Amino acid sequence: MAVILDFAAQVAQMLVVLLLAPLLTGFVRKIKARLLRRQGPPLIQPYRDLIWLLHKEVVLAENASWLFRVAPYLIFATTWVAAALVPTFGTGLMFSWTADLIAITALLASARFFLALAGMDVGTSFGGIGSSREMMIASLAEPAMMMIVFTLALMAGSTQLSTISGVMLSPEIGLRISLGLALLALIIVAIAENARIPVDNPATHLELTMVHEAMVLEYSGRHLAVLELAASLKLLLYVSLIICIFVPWGLVPTGAGHAGYVIGAAAYAAKLAAGGLLLALFETAIAKMRVFRVPNFLGAALMLGLLGTLLRFISRSL
Amino acid sequence: MDGLVFDIAHLFAGGLVLVSFMMLYQDRLYALLNIFALHAIVLALSVGWQAYIQGAPHLYITTAIALLFKGIVIPVALHRIIQRLGIHREIETVVGIGMTMLAGIGLVALSMVVMLRVTADADRLAREDVALALSVVLLGLLMMVTRRNAVSQVVGFMSLENGLILAATGAKGMPLVVEISVAFSVLIAFIVIGIFLFRIRERFDTVDIHALDRFQGDRG
Repeated sequence: MAVILDFAAQVAQMLVVLLLAPLLTGFVRKIKARLLRRQGPPLIQPYRDLIWLLHKEVVLAENASWLFRVAPYLIFATTWVAAALVPTFGTGLMFSWTADLIAITALLASARFFLALAGMDVGTSFGGIGSSREMMIASLAEPAMMMIVFTLALMAGSTQLSTISGVMLSPEIGLRISLGLALLALIIVAIAENARIPVDNPATHLELTMVHEAMVLEYSGRHLAVLELAASLKLLLYVSLIICIFVPWGLVPTGAGHAGYVIGAAAYAAKLAAGGLLLALFETAIAKMRVFRVPNFLGAALMLGLLGTLLRFISRSL
Repeated sequence: MDGLVFDIAHLFAGGLVLVSFMMLYQDRLYALLNIFALHAIVLALSVGWQAYIQGAPHLYITTAIALLFKGIVIPVALHRIIQRLGIHREIETVVGIGMTMLAGIGLVALSMVVMLRVTADADRLAREDVALALSVVLLGLLMMVTRRNAVSQVVGFMSLENGLILAATGAKGMPLVVEISVAFSVLIAFIVIGIFLFRIRERFDTVDIHALDRFQGDRG
């Protein structure tokens, strides 16, 4: 019986991330519109868009290879698995032992690899620009992410997410500057990875500014729907990651039973809404930066991660 | 309790290093001055915390000096100098920001390795403060090396001095007289540098110090 319940919790987690992801995207869009004193689309608009796209015919370019058709599903699958691994409402899930930060980073990296390939597959110049920019951003964001992982692993003694959030919940963690640095760096990485405003504008098709949109420009129909869902999942993943590492309060600990999951879910929903609100506020407050300034922005994240690791080393060696 | 005391001291000292990096990152003069003021405020917090945990009232005076002179007077004065010189454009850095950051990380790592070895049997707080203070000093030097603009070199110099104060408070040894005389000598240095800035500007129509390299002396 317990095995079945554990399994049900794991399946619920997978479905929760899948169903919540478009809602989070819609929520951020709505808040941004309200901040600009516009009415904005309704919260469920992303779901409607997805259904609408699923009903549309797929238009393929003549010289599109099999890779072009397979890539959306690969990207979606890896992103979904990664998103389902991050603890959302509880840590004691069946597959939490696989929820390793390095594994999640690797899953996202492979999704990005396929996306970049698909962007170049048809041979249009836009796709090429998008892919090359995405790779430039990735080459800076991934080292930064690894430094963040090292900082956290030095503190928690593990790269496993459930262990990390357990350590963060325990009183012996104290007040650590390295944690603050890691949080800042992770926020910068999350903004860059999700193509949010200072790095890329998710709402535009202006060729000078787009990165993510340029790569998916050739897609249509159900392929586009799957890619958009993957993008929403990625946003949800990063928000959940920040929540589960830095604000783990309310997270149901391992072995607490299934009754606690309701409280955990409520806390998670509240934290997710707060995260979306902050993201919308941040995006409204600042302007998009030039592509050539992005390396500086991401370099700051790398530097913060390195500094966090270094500071952690000295406070540990004393 | 001891853990928390140490953690907060570590937080402020680490924050000071972080603000030093933020100064390296800035490429506009006004933003640089604001960050410099923030640097002084973080220093004041750090020194104030040391004063509290060491029970040393004279350190409160150091805090006040840091806050008043470095947090308010010098940034405001530099603001006015920039306004009068009319140079509120971008700073040209000699090497790119990315390289500067990497060099800065290298310097921080170097100072940790050196200081943690040298001060092996000292007090925990003092070790940590001295190691971070050395990195602030080195980052100040790096700032002076990488910037061409004379005003940002002044800011680098002042942040270097902030690092010295951090080291001095951690070491529990510096008498108040030394402290005050250092503070005033920095002020005097600031005035002298200010006058120099205007002289350089009068002579070369720029405060880019590369103009000094090209200058061959009076030939006429």
